[in-house]
Amino acid sequence: MSEPLLEVDRLGVEFVTRHGDLRALDGVSFSMAQGEILGLVGESGAGKSLTGRAIIGLIDQPGRICGGTITFEGRRIDNLRSADLRKLRGKRIGTIFQDPLTSLDPLQRIGDQLVETIRAHLPLNAAQAREKAIALLGEVGLPAAADRMRAWPHEFSGGMRQRVVIALALACDPSLLIADEPTTALDVSVQAQIIALLRRLARAHNASVLLVTHDMGVIAEAADRVAVMYAGRVVEIGPVADVIARPWHPYSRGLMGSIPSLREEVDRLTQIPGAMPRIGARPEGCAYAPRCPKAEPRCRMAAPPMIEAGPRAAACIVEPAP
Amino acid sequence: MSRAILSVQNARRLFDVSKPWLERRLSGEGRRYVHAVEEISLDILAGETLGLVGESGSGKSTLGRMTVGLLAPTAGHIAFEGGEVAEAARAGRLQMIFQDPFASLNPRWKVVDIVGEPLLARGGGGDVKQRVAELLTLVGLSPVDGEKYPHEFSGGQRQRIAIARAIAGEPDFIVADEPTSALDVSVQAQILNLLRDLQRRLGLTMLFITHNLAVIRHMADRVGVMYLGRLVEIAPTRELFAAPRHPYTRMLIEAIPDPHAPKRDRAPISGEIPSPIDPPPGCAFHPRCPLAFDRCRRELPKLIGGVACHAVDEVEPRTASPGG
Repeated sequence: MSEPLLEVDRLGVEFVTRHGDLRALDGVSFSMAQGEILGLVGESGAGKSLTGRAIIGLIDQPGRICGGTITFEGRRIDNLRSADLRKLRGKRIGTIFQDPLTSLDPLQRIGDQLVETIRAHLPLNAAQAREKAIALLGEVGLPAAADRMRAWPHEFSGGMRQRVVIALALACDPSLLIADEPTTALDVSVQAQIIALLRRLARAHNASVLLVTHDMGVIAEAADRVAVMYAGRVVEIGPVADVIARPWHPYSRGLMGSIPSLREEVDRLTQIPGAMPRIGARPEGCAYAPRCPKAEPRCRMAAPPMIEAGPRAAACIVEPAP
Repeated sequence: MSRAILSVQNARRLFDVSKPWLERRLSGEGRRYVHAVEEISLDILAGETLGLVGESGSGKSTLGRMTVGLLAPTAGHIAFEGGEVAEAARAGRLQMIFQDPFASLNPRWKVVDIVGEPLLARGGGGDVKQRVAELLTLVGLSPVDGEKYPHEFSGGQRQRIAIARAIAGEPDFIVADEPTSALDVSVQAQILNLLRDLQRRLGLTMLFITHNLAVIRHMADRVGVMYLGRLVEIAPTRELFAAPRHPYTRMLIEAIPDPHAPKRDRAPISGEIPSPIDPPPGCAFHPRCPLAFDRCRRELPKLIGGVACHAVDEVEPRTASPGG
């Protein structure tokens, strides 16, 4: 087995506030192989976006990494200076955020934004960069790419803008893409196009994708493996088909059951009682125990470790491996 | 067969999005209108849940707002039990549940006042507190929650408060506009189950608006599919999902990623929704439609037998069962 492209090991992130230090991420560990698409799924507040931002060093104040390591292409990146991080972002790690309108500069033409990004990271002259920008726009499916170079972001629809953002993210042939809810702001018919595009381009460029989303459907269609997050921890990780068909952790099972299906009819959806505990109010032991139908007293004693079984792992000491 | 409680006839709604007068004069432009809803006719039957589904800009929320009297139709007519919608709304017989429970509840009011207001408005007098406590219990909250303010609750709990308020005045008809779109899936399941239980228990008629086809399949008895302001297909839920007829409905069902049945290698649909200011001539869906032919570009298809499509119309014999 070759060395993983990205290795996140017991990552912790805390927010320093007047009320004390709040642990937002608590021992998050996973690794990604070259070319793999890993889905990071969870409800709001689970820490999935924060995990993505921690990797690229973009945690908002007053947050900070308080433990663990992030290793990317064989070197630690969690303790880099901001100038080194900036070089890494954009060049080796591309990012795609939810709202394409906020990731594009509204006062700069599409082409100029692409050329600027390319020239900032690659040793190309203006003409070469322009050529590469046109090729990229063509690759993400923008018709008449050369003419669109002079267009402004507001002239594009949401789907087209997200295509431009993907072109920007891929501009310097990064080996890792962090896509945070890339299709959430789009309509379903456009969403399907963007998912397909992301998959195709990741394969073509041999880039890995960390796909952060709350939408299990998107994960099911796009990802190879999935990590399910709950209250700042990864509770289950494994191949997508396995986790969806036979969820191991009781939370994953509840999550899958609560999603209405297009194919089958059920009278009642599975209901997880209560809501995810807020940051700062997380219980001792397994954070899911208060909502878990299988919880035992020992679940509340200590945070359960990840138990491995083949390609899968889950943080549950009660449920046997499926 | 139950009777129609709400009847929409040729309803149309335009929004004026013209530039200011001076700019129009200088550039020699005319007025511009968004055609949010175009000539829609449908009946909502007593006791049923009618689902309205469509992508953004399809006009589903505008239609929903017109059915509870929040917006007046530009042309056409909407009748509630034969009378005016505005009158029924004043009598508290129509209610609405909105998408964002953070915006729809007054942050300065206690829950007991929020839920109790419709009772007082109807001159309920009596024991409003007692009734509010019952309502809160009914939606799965505790009676003591009445003394709290909205910010003390999570999104799902706030939506429960909004539901309690909506049913407080014992309305006959509720419009739920994307009631779970702002919620996480596990909480969404709680709210969907609650709405279904309440509807059965109270015999409510509901118009359920969402962009999520899986949610609509779970909630609705009949489903209307909207595209660019028009109703393109309407059918009982089971029929619609088993055998969608309009090419747009088929496309929508095909496009939804379903974790219970992922499909990775399908051809994604091309194109995006055109602007509702300047909809394409003929059938608005023709630029994206795989079945489009000449007639579709010229002539607007009428809703016949539950579907508005020339291709379906010409291929399917009128008497045949839907499908194929």
